[in-house]
Amino acid sequence: MSSISHAAPGSNYLNNETGVWSWLKTLDHKRIGVMYLFTILFFFFVGGLFALAIRLELMNPGRNFMDAATYNKVFTYHGAIMVFLVIIPSIPAALGNFVLPMMLGAKDVAFPRLNLMSYYVYILGAVVALSSLFLHGVDTGWTFYTPYSIRASTGTIMVVLGAFIAGFSSILTGLNFIVTTHKLRAPGLTWSRLPLFCWALYATSIIQVLATPVLAITLLLLIAERVLKIGIFDPALGGDAVLFQHFFWFYSHPAVYIMILPGLGVISEVIPVFSRKPIFGYRAIAYSSFGIALIAFIVWGHHLFVSGQSEMANFIFSLLTMFVAVPTGIKVFSWVATMYRGSIRFNVPMLYALGFLELFTIGGLTGVFLATLSIDVHLTDTYFVIAHFHYVMVGGTLMAMTGGIHYWYPKMTGRMYSEKSALWSFILILIGFNVTFFPQFILGAQGMPRRYWYYLPEYTTLNQISTVGSWFLLAGFVWVAIYLWRGLTVGEKAPANPWEALTLEWQSPSPPPLENFEETPTVTSWPYEYRSEGQQA
Amino acid sequence: MLLKWLNWVWMSEASASTLPLQASEVARSWDQLYFFLVWLSVFFFILVVGGMIYFAVKYRKSVSKTTQYITDNHVIEVVWTVIPAILLMVIFGWGYAVYVKMTQAPTDSYEVRVIGKQWLWQFQYDDGRTTINELYVPVNKPVKLIMTSEDVIHSFFIPNFRVKQDVVPQMYSSVWFQATIPGKHQVFCTEYCGGSHSQMLAKVIVLDDQQWLSWRMGRKIDLNTLPTAGVGDDALAAAVKKQDEAKAAASGAGKSGVQLTGLAAEGKALMQAKGCIACHSFDGAQMTGPTLKGVFEHEVELVDGKKVVADENYLRESIENPNAKVVKGFNPVMPTFKGLISETEMNAVIAYIKTLKE
Repeated sequence: MSSISHAAPGSNYLNNETGVWSWLKTLDHKRIGVMYLFTILFFFFVGGLFALAIRLELMNPGRNFMDAATYNKVFTYHGAIMVFLVIIPSIPAALGNFVLPMMLGAKDVAFPRLNLMSYYVYILGAVVALSSLFLHGVDTGWTFYTPYSIRASTGTIMVVLGAFIAGFSSILTGLNFIVTTHKLRAPGLTWSRLPLFCWALYATSIIQVLATPVLAITLLLLIAERVLKIGIFDPALGGDAVLFQHFFWFYSHPAVYIMILPGLGVISEVIPVFSRKPIFGYRAIAYSSFGIALIAFIVWGHHLFVSGQSEMANFIFSLLTMFVAVPTGIKVFSWVATMYRGSIRFNVPMLYALGFLELFTIGGLTGVFLATLSIDVHLTDTYFVIAHFHYVMVGGTLMAMTGGIHYWYPKMTGRMYSEKSALWSFILILIGFNVTFFPQFILGAQGMPRRYWYYLPEYTTLNQISTVGSWFLLAGFVWVAIYLWRGLTVGEKAPANPWEALTLEWQSPSPPPLENFEETPTVTSWPYEYRSEGQQA
Repeated sequence: MLLKWLNWVWMSEASASTLPLQASEVARSWDQLYFFLVWLSVFFFILVVGGMIYFAVKYRKSVSKTTQYITDNHVIEVVWTVIPAILLMVIFGWGYAVYVKMTQAPTDSYEVRVIGKQWLWQFQYDDGRTTINELYVPVNKPVKLIMTSEDVIHSFFIPNFRVKQDVVPQMYSSVWFQATIPGKHQVFCTEYCGGSHSQMLAKVIVLDDQQWLSWRMGRKIDLNTLPTAGVGDDALAAAVKKQDEAKAAASGAGKSGVQLTGLAAEGKALMQAKGCIACHSFDGAQMTGPTLKGVFEHEVELVDGKKVVADENYLRESIENPNAKVVKGFNPVMPTFKGLISETEMNAVIAYIKTLKE
């Protein structure tokens, strides 16, 4: 922290201190971001193994290699790990932690200690949740619907408690980002010059801070009901079973936007850089993030169209949900328009952005199906829903995250990766994803329910195609892991600004020094001032 | 001409095959809206992804050396805000109109009470009869189901009719349909309810006028003579049979030679119809409940450590009062069949269990 440490030539955040202990107690947002990244990738690997097991079991109707009870646990852990430990923290806690302060021209986040604490809270939540594996496991599904979850194994309490604890990590990160964005912007970095990734993280943080407490309350009530036998959600104790679904989705629907908004932010950065054009409709994209965040809070009831809630409620929630599509459409159209009359380079981050556009468009359009009241009645709780949210969460968020990792990899590591390997693994992932999940739309339309260990024989072919697709995804992601790992040691040294981007993080050396910038940068224009040579401002 | 072509694409055989059989009044309206959404989505997908690919090729770096400095264009931004908003309102209105059709049961509907429990469906008719996993209804007449659950939340889904409704404990929910095609139609439980959720299956048996009359008069309907209807008919039975045959072939000719006759055969059919097979296997595989293979006259250990011999009376008690003597390693989750199984049926079921020797 003293002026001596970053005066040393060649000193950066990776080598200014060494040893495991220097990482575990670090207050540096970059190191915390990297620790989050590795932890999240580890859980992605674990959750992915559960996913592969699900697909393998569904290779044929009836028992393949596990019984129904085991299968029910496997899909529960897949969902819970991927949602609470991977997708929710993915982009904000890993990439956001690393990039946000640098994009703002700051030395760190506003509360570095809180930042480190949020990481350990997250780890604690994960450990508590996974301890349930030693308490007969959990088979409730990641949604913990009552009254089933009240009667399920005692391990359920641990997973619920784990999600409760991990929620605080999410709240702390959100709070930190809000304050950082307000207080630590570099001189000249006005709100209207703020990069869109920062806008997206800001909107996400607001949802994290406002919505997560509702989940915390709900999960505590669930635990209280189980332990103290107070009738809240269990009709047998005088509670209301559907009330839980309202509480749960009051958080979990906004949480879907916690998961996707940061991804939209990454795409808004990548497309202009590689199109060498200003982002089209900067204001519209920035405000649409807030439009989405706002609507997010008033559409939870669209998860309950067949739950028995009133027809009037269904009418209102279907109507409101339609409005989610408007700001989302604005973003998608603006990204495509950004490419118009550009000079497009197909580096790996741009490939992921284009792949994202394909998958996210399908995810978004099928969302309209599910928002349509009568259409949802047939499709809800079938594989159509599974396909829809995997297109949004994996095709959207994870593609954006993988693109973001490739985009900021040179900054984080000071090295480049093999573009050739990256191209081929990208093709594998894109094909594998569509082969895995597109057939599930048809399966769902044909009526195959989700969370089915046993399915009718007429669904076999499409299930087998889907399972084969999952192996392509496995191969693709393993390949990514290999070349990114190799890049750490054998990759070419990365220049400070390999993509010729204009946001502030690229003005610092790769990898950046401890306090990010040798001197605090001053901002004089917005970050999308891409012009051809000789063009005048 | 154009209309004809559009209609062909819209509701063609190929498209229709991506949906279950259209077998209710509401299904037709539902399918029209669904395919409208499919083709609208195809249009927007081509607009966005086609536009993206076109720009990516046309303005690639090697061809497009200079760029144009464009930051926004209010006209086009208004267009792509307002037009989707209008379209979405149309979709919403259309979707709601079909939903009203789906939920407003005619007042003269024939009512059946439905009880969901882990893991079977029980149907109660106005004449006092009760069936399990088979719902008998007339064709071309509105039928309203009044549903509740004995334990956790279930959901009653008939893909061929495009209707679904959650079944919640301590509360009545309802769903209605007017079937247009006689035959057997698949029912799924679509709210995850634990162990044998995916085997909580039932059939809606839609009867023509003649059959309906004889069902009302208390006659037995021979299900084998009924036509099959779309998803889930006899493919399931055929697959199970095939699996059984394969297993029998693998385990040697001696066993496969056993032919079930009379009472035992009836018992096996009953155990399939009443949903026993959702949790109990005949072949030694342990599922949610203990396997029935070799259970008869063998000693079983109970959860409290006591041991009993599984004789006729134990089997009978375990069917009528399943939680009295639960086998060690299993949970007390089986519903009681007291009142749901007649003495003659009980005799048949036990007769079949006796044949399942090791």
